[in-house]
Amino acid sequence: MQREEIEAVLRELFAAQRLAVLSTQQDGRPYGSLVGFDAADDLRSVVFATTRATRKFANLMADPWVALVIDSRDNRESDFHAAVAVTATGASREALGAERDAAAAHYLRKHPALKSFVDSPTCAMVVVDVDTYYLVRRFQDVVELHMRL
Amino acid sequence: MAGRWHSDQADHVSRDVVIPLDRLDPAAVTAAGGKACALAALAHAGLPVPAGAAVTTAAYTQYIAAAGLRERIALELSRKDFADMRWEEIWDAALRIRNLFLTTPLPPRLRERLARGLGERLTVGPVVVRSSAPGEDAEGASFAGLHESYVNIRGLDAVLEHVRLVWASLWSDAALLYRRELGLDPRRSAMAVVVQELADGRRSGVCFTVDPRDAAHGLLEAVHGLNQGLVDGTIEPDRWVLDRDGGRLLEHAGAEREQWVRPTADGVRVEPLPEELRSRPPLSDDEADTVYGMARRSEDFFGRPQDVEWTFADERLTCLQSRPITTGAEAGDDRAAYLSLRRSFDNLVTLRRRIEEELLPQMMREADAMAGVTLETLADDELYEEILWRRGRYEHWIAVYSVDFIPFAHGVRLFGRLYNDVVHPADPYEFTDLLGSGPMASMQRNDELESMAAGLRTGVSIDASLEAFLARYGDTSWGTTTLAGQRETLRHLIGELAAAAPADEPPTAGPVRERRDAAGTQARAERFLAQVGESEREHAREVLDLARASWRLRDDDNVYVGRIEGQLLGAVAEARRRGTLPGAELDRLAAPLHPAVVGRPGTSAPAAAGDDAAGEPEADAAEVRRPGHGEPRAVRARQLLGQPAGPGIAVGSARVVVTPEDISGFRGGEVLVCDAVDPSMTFVVPLAAAIVERRGGMLIHGAIIAREYGIPCVTGVPEATLQIVTGDRVSVDGHLGIVVVG
Repeated sequence: MQREEIEAVLRELFAAQRLAVLSTQQDGRPYGSLVGFDAADDLRSVVFATTRATRKFANLMADPWVALVIDSRDNRESDFHAAVAVTATGASREALGAERDAAAAHYLRKHPALKSFVDSPTCAMVVVDVDTYYLVRRFQDVVELHMRL
Repeated sequence: MAGRWHSDQADHVSRDVVIPLDRLDPAAVTAAGGKACALAALAHAGLPVPAGAAVTTAAYTQYIAAAGLRERIALELSRKDFADMRWEEIWDAALRIRNLFLTTPLPPRLRERLARGLGERLTVGPVVVRSSAPGEDAEGASFAGLHESYVNIRGLDAVLEHVRLVWASLWSDAALLYRRELGLDPRRSAMAVVVQELADGRRSGVCFTVDPRDAAHGLLEAVHGLNQGLVDGTIEPDRWVLDRDGGRLLEHAGAEREQWVRPTADGVRVEPLPEELRSRPPLSDDEADTVYGMARRSEDFFGRPQDVEWTFADERLTCLQSRPITTGAEAGDDRAAYLSLRRSFDNLVTLRRRIEEELLPQMMREADAMAGVTLETLADDELYEEILWRRGRYEHWIAVYSVDFIPFAHGVRLFGRLYNDVVHPADPYEFTDLLGSGPMASMQRNDELESMAAGLRTGVSIDASLEAFLARYGDTSWGTTTLAGQRETLRHLIGELAAAAPADEPPTAGPVRERRDAAGTQARAERFLAQVGESEREHAREVLDLARASWRLRDDDNVYVGRIEGQLLGAVAEARRRGTLPGAELDRLAAPLHPAVVGRPGTSAPAAAGDDAAGEPEADAAEVRRPGHGEPRAVRARQLLGQPAGPGIAVGSARVVVTPEDISGFRGGEVLVCDAVDPSMTFVVPLAAAIVERRGGMLIHGAIIAREYGIPCVTGVPEATLQIVTGDRVSVDGHLGIVVVG
């Protein structure tokens, strides 16, 4: 597959999905959460929102390396052959100041229902700078797209 | 075929799994299919039709919903885009799917309802079990011949097994290809089945109410015995031509009446026709009139010309089937090309004789004659003539390869189907374990290299042996040149073989690989034959024997054609040395040809997308610049899907072979990655931990060699030589058809 093809698949998937599974960990103990996500137009980063009192946020502060899983399953048997899944890995950080405002604006265009949540000062906008996308199709076909090469 | 499979929509029509024909509404095509509805209509119209019932599409849908079968089928077809699959790969998937139907039992409740619905009448005496797909025989799309029918089936278990086989034929290679061409999604198709009492016909035939050759006539064909021989073309019928206007008999052409098809204990068989029937036409002129009259009644009833199958059972005329006549133009007839890809057993037996007794010996003689020419002594113009002649012969043999050798490989597939139908194995390709009984040409060569390696290990000089080897096999083609110039490469390979002493564990994960041995193969064959019913055993033995010849030939023909190619390249090399001919002209004369998969001569080749020529590499594969091992690549394949063509699992360093020069670097324990294994690459197979090929197919040459050597093999990996780089660590899973890179 060429880069352009992979990116097209990613864009289509990210446009159609609202939620992602976020994996974080601390001291070697992994944790999982569901988050509303939003991908940057250039695909180099993915943004989600969380309050700072959460377990996931505490994990991020201790260890910024995360994985996100975004997929197209219908929760039916046909998913095995038909669903597409992407794992994005990278380092996370909290967006502050102007970057936070821009990220929040972009995020709310996708998730307008979360406006009250995002506007709260207790809510952090977390940016994941993606280093690799792992795209899985046809159950076992896996290709990697390295964003930082 | 993009898109997802959805669970079946609620069928507002009856959910009955069996509907007797005499209670079937002829309009219920979605539930019972075209054939059943046509029979119901004929019965309503008062034509004599054998008693029977339709097993509805609801039964099919319930069955594939059970045990995850629907999704298992989907996964079989998902290894790559359906549009990119070669015919061979589709056939391979179809065999696996068929085996799923054979090994997935009916859910108990469904089985019970089917048994009850069929009743005693259809589960004790002999019956026929035939496909009745919705859309079959419809206008514009004739599936005639693509789905399956079975004759003389007895007993509930056998009936239900054959119902499953008819369901499976929805997923045959021909059915899949034809639907692809029509833009129909097989995943949205369903299958109904007709189960009918077998009319033990002493005289049978078909009647076209409009003669395909002349619209003013009707055409009637008849044979003694059952219809099968006529329908599949093995028995030549008597023919009557009648005038449509008035029904007058115009002509009767008798046939050489020598055989007929009769029911046996568990099937049908072609037998010699009894003496007293040989001189007797199957029908009297009066009877011909009567049959034609019945066929015309069907035409009047349906309002269109009909192709009517009939028989005289207990001296009563019975109508077996009636369907609209499809003209060649309407069917688009690539259907014929798909059907012609599979050769019948008798056809293959004839082909085998020609290949083994005429073609191969002739090719050998020509290669020997060419080898006998001392090129250096030819004058320039003589050399040019010699090159032109060799080029002509090369083109000839490549054409023979396409038209004869490739179709002959179908012998292996015929056996595969038979084996699976009898054994119901968990592994649908286990049958290949019974095939490698004879020595293959390339393995014999490799054994000679192994002898030299053994010599090296004990410190013996191999110079003389190597020279003898080069003298014997030197004209094998090697890329754009021949093996004769590869002394150093061969020394290197022999050295590698010597370093990997035979008793060692191979440097890979997984069980120690075993090379196939003749004794084990024979034992397996005997066990299989013991499972075949008595009346079918001789035929099974013959099919196995044919399959072994096909299997062997897949390797041998490569070797022989390689010699012809090598002789051509040798002559071209001599001309280049002399410098008397323009380089471009020599390039043209030396350009390699790739045999293509074609239908029978006279039919159009399947125009299916993705049906690339058997040996043709993907465009630019040799010209594309490949990244080096350490170079950063933004896009990296991590897991590649292909077909599980050789079981086992192995890990090793990849060696991508695009040109023969790449072979000289091959080290023991590496994984051979190539577009397709060609004669030059077979030398490294004994050294390889596994094989990965771009070209797809379970039964291609590389897969066969891998199985003989007991090493894992994955085929049909798109762009394999571009996605994997020499030096990449790869894990080859030959059970699942997955290559993990890195």
